[in-house]
Amino acid sequence: MPTASNDNHGRSGRFASRPVPLRGSRETRERFIVLGLRLCASLAVVGLGLIIVFVFREGLPVLFDPATRQEASLHGFFSTPIWQPVSGVPKYGLLPLLLGTLKATLVAMTLATPLSVLAAVYTSEFAPPRAREIIKPAVELLAGVPSVVLGFFALVVLATWLHHALHVGTRLNALNAGVALGLAVIPTVFSVAEDALRAVPNSYREASLALGASRWQTAWNVTLPAAAAGVTAGILLGLARAVGETMIVLMASGNAAMVSGSVFDSVRTLSATIAAEMGEVVVGSPHYATLFFLGGMLFLITFVINTLAGLLVERMRRKLGTA
Amino acid sequence: MNNTASLLVARSPATPPLGPLSAGSPESTRRVGAGFTVLAGFAAFTIIAMLAVILGNIVIYGWRSVTWDFVSTAPREGMTKGGIFPAIFGTVSLVVLMVVALVPFGVGAAIYLHEYARQDSWLTRLVRFATTNLAGVPSIVFGLFGLGFFIQFVGRNLDRGLGLDVTWGRPSLLWAALTLALLNLPVVIVTTEEALRAVPRHMREASLALGATRWQTVRHVLLPQALPGILTGTILSVARGAGEVAPIMFTGAAYFLPYLPHSPSDQFMDLGYHVYVLATQSPDVEATRPLLYGTVVVLLLLTFLLNFAAVLLRARLRMRLAGRN
Amino acid sequence: MPGNEVIPMEAPVVIPPIPEAEERNGELGPPDEAHRGKPFPRDEVRTAGPVAKGGIRNGVRPPTEERLDDAAIEAILRVREFSLFYGQTQALKKVSLDIHPRAVTAIIGPSGCGKSTLLRSFNRMNDLIPGIRTEGEITLRDLNLRAATTDVVDLRRRIGMVFQRPNPFPKSIFDNVVFGLRMLGLRNRAELEARAEESLRRAALWEEVKDSLGRSALALSGGQQQRLCIARCLAVQPEIILMDEPTSALDPAATARIEELLIRLKANYTIVIVTHNMQQAARVSSFSAFLLNGELIEYDETIRIFTNPRVQATEDYITGRFG
Ligand SMILES: Nc1ncnc2c1ncn2[C@@H]1O[C@H](COP(=O)(O)OP(=O)(O)O)[C@@H](O)[C@H]1O
Ligand SMILES: [Mg+2]
Repeated sequence: MPTASNDNHGRSGRFASRPVPLRGSRETRERFIVLGLRLCASLAVVGLGLIIVFVFREGLPVLFDPATRQEASLHGFFSTPIWQPVSGVPKYGLLPLLLGTLKATLVAMTLATPLSVLAAVYTSEFAPPRAREIIKPAVELLAGVPSVVLGFFALVVLATWLHHALHVGTRLNALNAGVALGLAVIPTVFSVAEDALRAVPNSYREASLALGASRWQTAWNVTLPAAAAGVTAGILLGLARAVGETMIVLMASGNAAMVSGSVFDSVRTLSATIAAEMGEVVVGSPHYATLFFLGGMLFLITFVINTLAGLLVERMRRKLGTA
Repeated sequence: MNNTASLLVARSPATPPLGPLSAGSPESTRRVGAGFTVLAGFAAFTIIAMLAVILGNIVIYGWRSVTWDFVSTAPREGMTKGGIFPAIFGTVSLVVLMVVALVPFGVGAAIYLHEYARQDSWLTRLVRFATTNLAGVPSIVFGLFGLGFFIQFVGRNLDRGLGLDVTWGRPSLLWAALTLALLNLPVVIVTTEEALRAVPRHMREASLALGATRWQTVRHVLLPQALPGILTGTILSVARGAGEVAPIMFTGAAYFLPYLPHSPSDQFMDLGYHVYVLATQSPDVEATRPLLYGTVVVLLLLTFLLNFAAVLLRARLRMRLAGRN
Repeated sequence: MPGNEVIPMEAPVVIPPIPEAEERNGELGPPDEAHRGKPFPRDEVRTAGPVAKGGIRNGVRPPTEERLDDAAIEAILRVREFSLFYGQTQALKKVSLDIHPRAVTAIIGPSGCGKSTLLRSFNRMNDLIPGIRTEGEITLRDLNLRAATTDVVDLRRRIGMVFQRPNPFPKSIFDNVVFGLRMLGLRNRAELEARAEESLRRAALWEEVKDSLGRSALALSGGQQQRLCIARCLAVQPEIILMDEPTSALDPAATARIEELLIRLKANYTIVIVTHNMQQAARVSSFSAFLLNGELIEYDETIRIFTNPRVQATEDYITGRFG
């Protein structure tokens, strides 16, 4: 019977020494490798989990620890409009910080949104290839500028320029910080919006052009609406970045915690507050817990915005049928 | 009513034959279109112009400061004179440590996600969810995390367990590097996955059909081909790591150190943090201005060179990806 | 020998040695020692006149179906009632056939009929596709291929595969040829070199590349690349070689060289080839299986299929009325 058995397979002739690894050890090895790789992948989950646990853990005394709550509590956060954590009677009113964050973010988005979206439309719909080859790397370059450098520029140069030009308010204010923040946000909005626009199948454009629509009519009425979810996602991601960005506002906003509606007044944002005060607090003090609590708030706000953006991107992908 | 007329009415219910199109003035449409295009182009131009102004200003005021002396000596006289060598050294040590901690895990995670995992399993979805969300966490929150987890929790317990004085339970190079590693984990995972996607499927089949195991296929066929992409991700993470300040402010960066760090448990000076310090805490703004500009130039040069390298590598990778279809 | 009754030979069969490999023929051939020297149908035999008197019986069913006892001895690969589903759609419907050793078996049929699917079931390449379900039985000698316990890695070493498009690794020619051997753990440089030369000779590529083994495999022409892929496959000494339209991406001259090579290889190797090209099937194969919509319509000696098919559909396909 010609039943060539498996185990002598491949060991004929001169090269009888051919080392065939044993199946058992080979499979054990492979299994360990998969285990290791799965562990690596889990690290992202573990990391995010640890961030949540440890940021909130250090901030929770604000909600649950009686000693801390005597000084800093949720109720206190909203019952005073004053943020004055280092004084005889510390006051932890969040209103100026929230307002400051809102003002700086609004300025940034007001600047960044139209610029980025228009530039994205131009780049994907109108720009000749050579212009595109300049714009995209330039934006990537801008994305590569560290935020501390943008903060430095706003503090040292931009603030002076704006002050000379406008002659209002203080030198370091919400407008100054917001403009610099806008610069940091532009690459995010631009890249995501441009990707979304380019993901619109060419057949859409051709159909519109073939009906006699002009290029801008096509861009405005066909391409942009088709990419609307993606463009919105870009704006949301930019928003999240603006809310969470630290170094720029820390350096360029003046950091005065005041309640004012004017963009020409100095502002103190949530992120800048954490950065400015964490270095000096006593670990475990109510102030320390409060700063972590602010961090938790920042995390939640950006988390919600980013999740929304993710859902929009997902929807756009499904709509356009691109995986 | 005569017969023909009633017939006609019956046949065409209330719709008169279409006349010629009464299009709006083509002239105005054209003008709006031109205006729109110009506006969009102007937006793109504005962005580039702003970038140019910033870079121009920094280079014009800063390039003179960057001398050999500047990059090779330590600050003197209360940081109003001297160079920034300790900051350069610190930043480089920081990113080297970060890369060592980051790349194996990031690449491993990407390999798992792209080559092993079932795409519909809960673990895969959870990992992808965590990766995208990790990428959106504000950097200052990473700083808080580093302080709360690495220093207050791990470090303190380590010290207690080993019976040491405060060694690990304080800001250090190691904790800052690990914090940055977590911050950059999504960058490496995403770029590595993109690189693995660029390797054609038939390469995997060719290898498996020759009796290679899955890991052998990954190790000998996929990783060599994905190397440029992995390198891109690594460089991008290094560029980002070198520029981030918020995550390392409370986890390891020092205002000023009279010595270089010689152990991962030491604090360190950092270029980005040095910019912040010089810009905001200087006792003599005018005297430090050249130093400030010089530091910014060095930091920008470092990050740009890295980003540039990454862009080049990625462009080559994308071309290969496009060439496949 | 039991095989003699099954396939009566009119002339004593001499295995044509591969010219360049003459002196090492016995050492490096495929490992099924028990089959060495056993007579098998040859082209000359079948083209010389009437064949298969009482041997292989014609019919819709595989020729050996009714004589399983004989088939057990004869066939190297046995497929019984094999069905495969991609999710809901059934790509293979209860296919039964035997693959005979040391012969070329062609699988023909119109595009999308399941040829590749069937071929890829033999080395379980379909395992890579999620959502696949199989039924029935495939055995390699006495190894149940479908069993969960089957060592897929070892199976793929025993059943090699050559793909539709040449797919050399972006490595040197040498590294390509010895890839499988290295994966087996072979490190000895001298042995690797000897085996590389041997495989390249057998694939009729040695003369063309012997001076440039260090060059990138991607620098070779398409036809050379495909022969390199065949050499790479031969190097691990598979018992069966599967080829999925190996010449469909090649020009006629390169195709001719590959066909020549196939005819020379078939004396020592068991080859299953999927082809779109009727002439090719007629030229190189001893047996042909005609597949239509996932069903095996007819399986017989190639000459029979091409000259006197039993089923109308086969004739229609052969004569080009569809497909
Ligand atoms: N990965 C897959 N998923 C779903 N259906 C598939 C897949 N691969 C092939 N099929 C389907 O199975 C059938 C047979 O395909 P295939 O074996 O590639 O045909 P052939 O090689 O004969 O052209 C076709 O109808 C094809 O659409
Ligand atoms: Mg096919």
